[in-house]
Amino acid sequence: MQKFSGFSLIRQALSGHQGWQAQWRTPEPKASYDAIVVGGGGHGLGAAYYMAKEHGLKNIAVLERGWLGGGNTGRNTTIIRSNYLFDESAALFDHAVKLWEGLSQELNYNVMFSQRGVLMLAHTVHDVQSFKRHIHANRLNGVDNEWLSAEEAKEFCPPLNISPGMRYPVVGAALQRRGGVARHDAVAWGYARAADALGVDIIQNCEVTGIRRGVNGAVEGVETTKGFIGSKRIGVSAAGHTSVLMAMAGVRMPLESYPLQALVSEPVKPVFPCVVMSNTIHAYISQSDKGELVIGAGTDAYTSYSQRGALHIATHTLDAICELFPMFRRMRMLRNWGGIVDVTPDRSPIIGKTPVPGLFVNCGWGTGGFKATPGSAHVFAHTIATGEPHKINAPFTLERFRDGLMIDEAAAAAVAH
Amino acid sequence: MSRFRLPKGGRIDRARPISFRFDGKSYGGFVGDTLASALIANGVHLVGRSFKYHRPRGIMTAGADEMNALVGVGADQTRYTPNMRATLVELYHGLVAESQNRWPSLGFDVGAVNDFLSPFFPAGFYYKTFMWPKPAWKQLYEPVIRAAAGLGKAPTASDADRYMQCYAHCDVLVVGAGPAGLAAALAAAETGARVILCDEQREFGGSLLASDTDTAIDGLSAIEWVAKAVEALARHENVTLLTRTTAFGYYPHNFLGLIERVTDHVAQPDPALPRERLWQVRAKEVVLATGALERPLVFPENDRPGVMLADAARTYAARYAARPGTRAVIATAHDEAYRAALTLKQAGVQIAAIADMRPQAEGEWPAAARAAGIEVMTGTAITGTRGRMRVSGATLARIKGDGTAEKGEQFACDLVLMSGGFTPSVHLFSQSKGKLIYDEGLKAFVPGASPERNRSAGACAGETGLHATLESGYAAGEGAVRAAGFGGGLSGRSLTVTEKISAGGGFAGAVPHGRNPSFVKAFVDFQNDSTSKDIKLATREGFLSVEHVKRYTTTGMATDQGKTSNMNMLGILSDTLGKPIPEIGITTFRPPYTPVTFGAFAGMSRGELFDPARRTAIHDWAAEQGAAFEDVSLWKRAHYFPQAGEDMHAAVNRECKAVRESVGVFDASTLGKIEVVGPDAAEFMNRMYINAWTKLEPGRCRYGVMCREDGFVMDDGVVGRIAADRFHVTTTTGGAPAVLNMMEDYLQTEWPDLNVWLTSTTEQWAVIAVQGPNARKVLEPLVGDIDLSAAAMPHMSVREGHICGVQTRLFRVSFTGELGFEVNVPADYGRAVWEAIWASARRFDAVAYGTETMHVLRAEKGFIIVGQETDGTATPDDVGLTWAIGKLKKDFVGKRSLARAQMSNPQRKQLVGLLSLDNRSVLEEGAQIVANPNEPVPMAMIGHVTSSYWSSVLGHPIALAMVKGGRVRLGDTLHVPMPGKTLQVKVVEPVFFDKEGARLND
Amino acid sequence: MLLIACPYCGERPETEFRYAGEAHIARPHDPSALNDDEWVDFLYQRANPKGLHVERWRHIHGCARFFNAVRDTVSDRIFKTYEAGEPRPDVNAVAADVLAKESER
Repeated sequence: MQKFSGFSLIRQALSGHQGWQAQWRTPEPKASYDAIVVGGGGHGLGAAYYMAKEHGLKNIAVLERGWLGGGNTGRNTTIIRSNYLFDESAALFDHAVKLWEGLSQELNYNVMFSQRGVLMLAHTVHDVQSFKRHIHANRLNGVDNEWLSAEEAKEFCPPLNISPGMRYPVVGAALQRRGGVARHDAVAWGYARAADALGVDIIQNCEVTGIRRGVNGAVEGVETTKGFIGSKRIGVSAAGHTSVLMAMAGVRMPLESYPLQALVSEPVKPVFPCVVMSNTIHAYISQSDKGELVIGAGTDAYTSYSQRGALHIATHTLDAICELFPMFRRMRMLRNWGGIVDVTPDRSPIIGKTPVPGLFVNCGWGTGGFKATPGSAHVFAHTIATGEPHKINAPFTLERFRDGLMIDEAAAAAVAH
Repeated sequence: MSRFRLPKGGRIDRARPISFRFDGKSYGGFVGDTLASALIANGVHLVGRSFKYHRPRGIMTAGADEMNALVGVGADQTRYTPNMRATLVELYHGLVAESQNRWPSLGFDVGAVNDFLSPFFPAGFYYKTFMWPKPAWKQLYEPVIRAAAGLGKAPTASDADRYMQCYAHCDVLVVGAGPAGLAAALAAAETGARVILCDEQREFGGSLLASDTDTAIDGLSAIEWVAKAVEALARHENVTLLTRTTAFGYYPHNFLGLIERVTDHVAQPDPALPRERLWQVRAKEVVLATGALERPLVFPENDRPGVMLADAARTYAARYAARPGTRAVIATAHDEAYRAALTLKQAGVQIAAIADMRPQAEGEWPAAARAAGIEVMTGTAITGTRGRMRVSGATLARIKGDGTAEKGEQFACDLVLMSGGFTPSVHLFSQSKGKLIYDEGLKAFVPGASPERNRSAGACAGETGLHATLESGYAAGEGAVRAAGFGGGLSGRSLTVTEKISAGGGFAGAVPHGRNPSFVKAFVDFQNDSTSKDIKLATREGFLSVEHVKRYTTTGMATDQGKTSNMNMLGILSDTLGKPIPEIGITTFRPPYTPVTFGAFAGMSRGELFDPARRTAIHDWAAEQGAAFEDVSLWKRAHYFPQAGEDMHAAVNRECKAVRESVGVFDASTLGKIEVVGPDAAEFMNRMYINAWTKLEPGRCRYGVMCREDGFVMDDGVVGRIAADRFHVTTTTGGAPAVLNMMEDYLQTEWPDLNVWLTSTTEQWAVIAVQGPNARKVLEPLVGDIDLSAAAMPHMSVREGHICGVQTRLFRVSFTGELGFEVNVPADYGRAVWEAIWASARRFDAVAYGTETMHVLRAEKGFIIVGQETDGTATPDDVGLTWAIGKLKKDFVGKRSLARAQMSNPQRKQLVGLLSLDNRSVLEEGAQIVANPNEPVPMAMIGHVTSSYWSSVLGHPIALAMVKGGRVRLGDTLHVPMPGKTLQVKVVEPVFFDKEGARLND
Repeated sequence: MLLIACPYCGERPETEFRYAGEAHIARPHDPSALNDDEWVDFLYQRANPKGLHVERWRHIHGCARFFNAVRDTVSDRIFKTYEAGEPRPDVNAVAADVLAKESER
């Protein structure tokens, strides 16, 4: 792998940048592989990378229907945090944050992980109770998360409106300083380049059209638009299309796929120092290094694979942004797009085995998949390579729904009384 | 007047001169000018700096595609808007604009050092460096990158303007009022159909506003034809004409978003008017007449101030009477540039030469140019320019047989015009999920089939020439209105157009230049400083998909969203990869077409109107008493009633004591209420709730618990049986809509055989809780026809009668553990009855209390609050409600799920009480509980505190908690680690006060 | 914002409705007769197709009735709505029929 550094950049500049090599090869698929990952997003490419690096598998392919990182990896608002309530989730997401912290160096690819802090706003007494519960649990789990008063929140994020006259005034906030954002495309590309260097075949424009199972029921390979490719180990990591792919193996999933919208403003000079989230009034905002305000909305109401959302959902989010940050009213929406998120009954992911021997699945991340990318990829690699889950993803089974062992972060934060 | 302002012509109003400021300097213009046309008319071309290299940039276009001339507009921060396209900013008297992304000044910009360092900043350079040393990313690199990036500055003050929204329905929406759009609207309007015609410009006419003087339509000049058409449309009552209105988004089911700029062009706007108006239009049929955008040519140094699109230059001369230069070199691959040359020549611009990349140029337009004495060089490319703050010369070179360029010849000039042909504006069509088809002749994509009901007309459909454009407009209008169900009324039409025939043309890609590629920059995306070299670098690095190239090089990601760059990027990719353009594909078009103000989306949804607030009948009384309120779902609930000098704790301590010692009055109106009525009401209740209802007698109440089908507690509340076939169901405040929805779901779709009706009565009843030992005494004088005695009306009963002469459903229930009543009266009488009760209660030193006191009192009794003790993962047994389950029932919602093995795991979290061993520390709600306080992090948490209060009545703190296997830990000491200290707690039964319930049954 | 034809009220904008998930998943008559796997199938397993989907909507801010719709989850186009209780239609035939009528027009 050609090393990236300031020095190599200067050296290449002298030769007009003619010497840069392809960051990954464009191979034709082999007849069979030791393991196949379906889905060339951050999770899938990362899984291939860790399988090659940590589990000694040399003969791995990643099959991508379109272009690398073209699904939710390249469509999300890139918020990264790990201040989750339940032990299981905190362990999973903090595993990811720890990997994020060294990822640029690990991959020799600047993924621009920016730990500028994630501020989650509390607007009601119930929010306060819920956030405090998170903060206490996080502290005992070794995950940083602290309570800020409204005034402290404003000091951390000066554009924030903390006027008590707001319809839902900001009464405080939870801050995870280790949280932040990253450059989404770079995550896919960095993993792809590093995996390719370890011999992983990354095959784009290769759509899986069938999953072949043998007489014993175990997987034997995949039918693709580039022909049949054999493998006894297949990991499906195709957010937004999991149900469709798993149906090819005869597996029904507890998933529904919803549009999730995001939008960016025109770029402006630095004006927003951190990430702010408000689950109560549905606003998620940060400023990209390029200067755009990056804003996330809530999911749309109905299932859809259209990769676009309804205007009134985006509008609702901008209502909230304009209330929280009144000086952004004159900012302008530059681009609005949608992704497809797979949502499970408890809105936590499924990472593990399936009823089909040799078939593994990593799905159901809902709106929170990007932040987990390295952690998810790491434990999924372990699962595919060893056939058994890593202890971190062991609770995230498909069977938990049958047993009622939900990991329901959303319900835990839900409003009632 | 400036020598760059033509003495006559144009759509400016010379009778109305105005002055404006740009970068602190004052200039003059006219009504009808844009900021860009006025600057050009003042000879100003340098207006901005590019994003990455801070290169000097001028005005490149005359419309929505402008990528260089972005300015900040607004005299003060409450009305400052960054990144406005100078080409779309209408001039008004006193307008203040400033250039962006430069320091200290536009002429001398320190950031321009980036241009010299540009060899080190190729596409994607930031992915390859800034990784060492690791902490420097946060401390140094990222702050520097962020400060360098961005264009304008966000306003620092809250927006002083207002925004409005409206919805509209129509039979035919016509987007774009150029020749095709006007024709379509005329055709549609004649039938009486409801037509909306919108256009982003200040006046209708589109390209006709810059028409050649000799163009004629049906014997009229283009301008006359436009005026006649607009007049005809305005006469139709069924037609809505929207100027300054951009259709920016095409959403499913023919729903379009339009943004109307109402006051941005006015110096002193009427304060009654909004700044912008967001239209959301549902159209039966849509006609897209969105025109086409001219493509730049990608040649070295194609970005200097003074380099413009040919048609833009023509527009400035013809429409705005502004002369964009004195001597022009024109580079083209399309006939339209000849038209521009002729217009500009008429306007007094010397045309140094026309370099046409095509081997021949023999149509009517080139012939006319030659006839006018303009030098035409075919088979010739432009291979570079000179100049810094303004172009001063261009190099033209013959293209050799192998496609490369010879060494060129220098031409002095102060204006370079370019035309790579026209790209149909298929943005909205593509947003409608329409399929695009590549047209090799145009070197661009044109509309194919759409799943939505629309049709494209004119230039956006790939038509060229005015006659064809008008024809396609009329046809689209007729087609649309017929499809919308309108028959006759369409009149036959003869159309005569006088125009020169354009032979078209087009080029997409990089112009050959024969120079050392390492030392030249040929811009593809001007604003983002992405060059043809960058695109080639991306392909060399394995970025072969168009989306990858876009993202790696940022081509097409600037504020014009690729309007001018996409096709050239595809052309370069096509050359580099040796694949035809259709095989490369195209990036997805996303809304909005041009940027739309956040405030317009928010509209009136601000402050109080951000979300409706629900207030009870007693709200104003509580407010008058100085109550503090809390938000609970949409409701405003009285949180506590502080008296002078009291904080919340003092108030709550006082309120709690008063209730336990005498009586308190509480507004419980926000509780959800559902009337369940019908012969099968009891059966329905049996199925919905975990409790048994069959044997509940009319006049009695029961505490009901509802699970979701997954077995977890969803809601709770007291249910009174009013009659054999009528239940008065109460729910939690926040849960009411979901409970009713779930009930309706089961009733309508699973058990349609049950004869039951459900009605939300939440807002019909005001509910006044009277709680405390003196509760009966408070009510007795007010109630005539209900015997409130313990014998006649025991705990958990309900009676109908009258209070203060008002019909009531009077419940004897208690959420405090005291003798208690809840008086339901029609909401209209709520305040009157409340005041009567309050007057009566004051005889007993009563308090009005809020939700906080309610919480403390119920916690003392161990009553749970759904959403506080439960969190969506608690079963009835977890929170100690097994007793409520109707054991003999074969089925109820959630029963099957509760039968799963894990649901009765003894290690599940169970509700317990906690007492602080020090007898004074109030635990923090949400605090975590451990068995071993000395364990290192991560610690094994076995539970958490759900509710915790100081009990003024008991004189010590109390808490409720969910603890793993809690019921077998009674008496154990557990630990609550807090920052800096660990608290010890004893596990107790979750009842702290009056365990026997004697007071309840008093 | 979708335009949804409530079978009882006619066409109304999406904001009057509430989506209610996949249609024709009947609650088992006797849940206790099901084993855990069968029960979880009813509770959570969903077809979630990319293409024609049979789904429930409730006209919550209108007549408040539940009804069913056949929608293409790729284009979001709704091909048919019908009352709850009607049998599940042949979705491919429904879509083909609508498209055929359109091409005639």
